[in-house]
Amino acid sequence: MAGERDTDIAVLGIGMHPWGKWGRNFVEYGMVAARDALADAGLEWRDVQFVSGGETVRNGYPGYVAGATFAQALGWQGAQVASSYAACASGVTALSTARAQILAGFCDVALVIGADTTPKGFLAPTAGERTDDPDWLRFRLLGATNPTYFALYARRRMDLYGATPSDFAKVKVKNSRHGLHNPNARYRKEVTEEEILASPMVADPLHLLDICATSDGAAALVVSSMEYARSRLAGPPVRIAAISTVTPSYPNTVIELPNFASDSAAGIGGVPDLGFKESIAAKAYEEAGIGAGDLSLAEVYDLSTALELDWYEQIGLCKQGEAERLVRDGDTTIGGRIPVNPSGGLASFGEAVPAQALAQVCELTWQMRGHAGDRQVEGATAGFSVNQGLFGHGSGVIVVR
Amino acid sequence: MSVQQVPAVEGWFTGGEEPALIGARGAESGSYFFPTAVAVSANPRAPFEEREEVLLSRRGTVWSYTTNYYKPPPPYVAPDPFVPYTVVAVELERERIVVLGLLAADADPAALRVGLGVELTLRTLYADDEGEHTVWSWRPVDSEVE
Repeated sequence: MAGERDTDIAVLGIGMHPWGKWGRNFVEYGMVAARDALADAGLEWRDVQFVSGGETVRNGYPGYVAGATFAQALGWQGAQVASSYAACASGVTALSTARAQILAGFCDVALVIGADTTPKGFLAPTAGERTDDPDWLRFRLLGATNPTYFALYARRRMDLYGATPSDFAKVKVKNSRHGLHNPNARYRKEVTEEEILASPMVADPLHLLDICATSDGAAALVVSSMEYARSRLAGPPVRIAAISTVTPSYPNTVIELPNFASDSAAGIGGVPDLGFKESIAAKAYEEAGIGAGDLSLAEVYDLSTALELDWYEQIGLCKQGEAERLVRDGDTTIGGRIPVNPSGGLASFGEAVPAQALAQVCELTWQMRGHAGDRQVEGATAGFSVNQGLFGHGSGVIVVR
Repeated sequence: MSVQQVPAVEGWFTGGEEPALIGARGAESGSYFFPTAVAVSANPRAPFEEREEVLLSRRGTVWSYTTNYYKPPPPYVAPDPFVPYTVVAVELERERIVVLGLLAADADPAALRVGLGVELTLRTLYADDEGEHTVWSWRPVDSEVE
């Protein structure tokens, strides 16, 4: 696969707390994930020199200072620490901070943790009369929930490319089958197209089973310099070959959650060649020195079934308007040309915001090691996980072996 | 007895016979911005430029649309019993911008499709002791009555 580069780091250990609606403190989940990641790496907590926490805004002060919260829970040992908040991109932002510390030579080994405890139902804005907060205002003035935005994108696929609700449902059917084989997934039950189409309509054309739930869960990674990894491992380590955290380039002509309007394309400077999500992928491919054709698999953020189809095109698995064909033909099923969401995706997990992007990297690592069991993509050598955080936090990671 | 009408948000739209969204135009960039009262983007070629207030085009075409069947959380003020509501994303030609809005109260969501012509109008968002709180909305041009 991709040759080793100076900017690579090694994944030494991975761990997760199973996703669910457990209703316990998020720190508990993070501890389980950290314990498993350290054991997987064969390291002690005291060996960790840098702790990087993905924040959650839903669990009070401990959530805001997640790095210190986990360091305290594990026992203060004087490690350097950082906490990162970037909504759905929080996990990868925390990973990116750890990588920078390692590549700058400030540490050899870092622990990255994300964990969340979520309430039931729609994610709601911060309480109070927040008339200067677009996130508050979109609920007040429009009732524009997150599924509202997902539905706008889905409807556009239908009117522009002839997608059908049945195409969207096929994504969920596929991911539910993949998730059957994942012990960390919350939903491990095969779902049929009929069940999806018969589930209540949330935001037309998306049904309840087209939209991902919110979950409790945690994921942790132990990452290190390549030199450190070689001193500890017999074989070549799984490597992180790229981390993409780009913002959009103006004008972003797609209306993004939680905004009221897209950017205007009428001004000087014209419109960039790549949209936001396309640019997250382009940066990752450039950094890793590979292209979409080199991927063995991808983990994309299927907040809705239709959004997974958007990602196929945005990361270059097919041309615009062709994503429905990929899912119809089984190309993105395990055993197909380019399996997408072999973990079962958000469809099988439900989103645990600061942990989700790290869970995607855990899946890529299991796949590269050949340890993914019944959901293994045969001969996997390169995987891409991708999502975006609110307003404009890019989040993409390429893992290779 | 006439009911008092109050904008649900100050400084985002005008009233009267031909209501319009209040946006801004960059003096150097020529880019348009909406809304103006909360953090929005800037053209990176002129991040500190002066912005002049402008009324945005009252007509545009549908970029996408959806009807919501679940009651959203506060601060949305939902009627009891809850009534499904439709959100429309509209592309304005001059501004080359896509703006969200509710569908006009008297318009039929089933008539919507990408590319359909729409026009800005005001509707009641919710009513309370202060009166009817109004918000901008989009109405298909074809379905205009009276």
